[in-house]
Amino acid sequence: MMRPHRNHPLWFAFVLHRVSGLALALFLPVHFYMLALALRAPERLDGFLRWAELPLVRLAEGGLVFLLAVHLFGGLRLLALEFLPFSPRQKALAAGAVSAAVLVSGLFLLSAV
Amino acid sequence: MADNGQLEVSVWRGDSGSGRFESFRVPAEDNQTVLDVVSWIQQNLAGDLAYRFACRVGMCGSCAMTVNGTPRWTCRTHVKKVARNNRLTIAPLANLPVIRDLATDMDPFFARWIGAGGRFVPQRTRDDPVAPVRPDSPGRQAADAGIECINCGVCHAACDTVAASPDYLGPAPLQRAWTLVNDERHGARGAVLAAVSGAGGCHNCHSMGNCTAHCPKELDPLRAIAGLKRATFLGAFGKEI
Amino acid sequence: MLDLRLYIAQRLSAMVMAPLMVVHIVVMIIAVQGGLSAAEILSRTQGSVFWFLFYGLFVAAASLHAAIGLRVIVHEVTGLRGAGLTVLTWAVFGVFFFMGARAVTAVTML
Repeated sequence: MMRPHRNHPLWFAFVLHRVSGLALALFLPVHFYMLALALRAPERLDGFLRWAELPLVRLAEGGLVFLLAVHLFGGLRLLALEFLPFSPRQKALAAGAVSAAVLVSGLFLLSAV
Repeated sequence: MADNGQLEVSVWRGDSGSGRFESFRVPAEDNQTVLDVVSWIQQNLAGDLAYRFACRVGMCGSCAMTVNGTPRWTCRTHVKKVARNNRLTIAPLANLPVIRDLATDMDPFFARWIGAGGRFVPQRTRDDPVAPVRPDSPGRQAADAGIECINCGVCHAACDTVAASPDYLGPAPLQRAWTLVNDERHGARGAVLAAVSGAGGCHNCHSMGNCTAHCPKELDPLRAIAGLKRATFLGAFGKEI
Repeated sequence: MLDLRLYIAQRLSAMVMAPLMVVHIVVMIIAVQGGLSAAEILSRTQGSVFWFLFYGLFVAAASLHAAIGLRVIVHEVTGLRGAGLTVLTWAVFGVFFFMGARAVTAVTML
């Protein structure tokens, strides 16, 4: 529930990190399963890869790349917060992490079309 | 919009088990704090209303409540700043058992202070000379950053990790722990780091920063907890901070 | 429900993965150009000791990191704790690591 005390940038950064982490964790077994097909059943992997070229699926893949990138950059912010001399500019860094993730996933979608 | 010059105030009546919001009409004043409103209700409309305050000037930390969904110190919160359409909703602090109405049981909160190793252990007796501490030393600066805490429990009520994980020590006790770790007079600094390294320790913090965003004294428990994480992490690899 | 040991495992696996993820993203952006096929993936990875070590390390770190992350979420959402939570953490790690190891060997072994 959206309570007033959560309405600030670092709380949104926390939610984004949790949601992206959960989604990536659930995607991981699927990813591993499909790659394991490369040797045992390459025709099934190829069928899947062709399906993945449908525009909507490509867009969803771009979303996955965004989640991966935002978890990476957001995680780097958290590591810096915990292990480097503390920077009070956490809001700017959190916004920078999201921007970098948008950039990376945009780059992925551009090279996929 | 309530009537001219009137505030529409909903106040929680009950305890943790059951209760409901009761509505009161309170005359609006030019300069009026939320605590003034609660006191006016208790003095004029509901003599049995349970709430807690002492100093009225932001020093004692006993009057914190949930005002329109946000934990605040009520004695330093002006109605004009928080009322929406002349309406106020006042509830007890979250993440603590409610004794009655607006008074919460602070015992679980202070038990966490002890659990985090927050009790000062002196290295000298009253017969020894006073320990010389340089005010500009890095350790003293880090300790000074947290010592203005008034134990009001606002950060505890604002923290979603406290809400989700009952064992978690929470921001205020952990900030106290970081203060003691940096206090060169403290005789049990290693014990503090051990106390904050258990299952409910500082490592459960997700750096969402609700504590720092809401601390009425504008302290930074988020930063203190990050310091504890770093110190315990390096300590595990044999490095002193 | 993170004590110091789990926290260290979570942060060390994150530090290991950060550079691996950057390489992974770059490879993805390059490889996706002109479409993907099983043959193309295998031609890049099969018989490569580098990619075997790269993805092997990646799978180990990701399985650990995901297992601890899911542990925290499950605890905070359902209140599960104690032995049940420990079993869940290790079970998730075991399944992820096994599936990941199978994928790595499938694309890198000759």
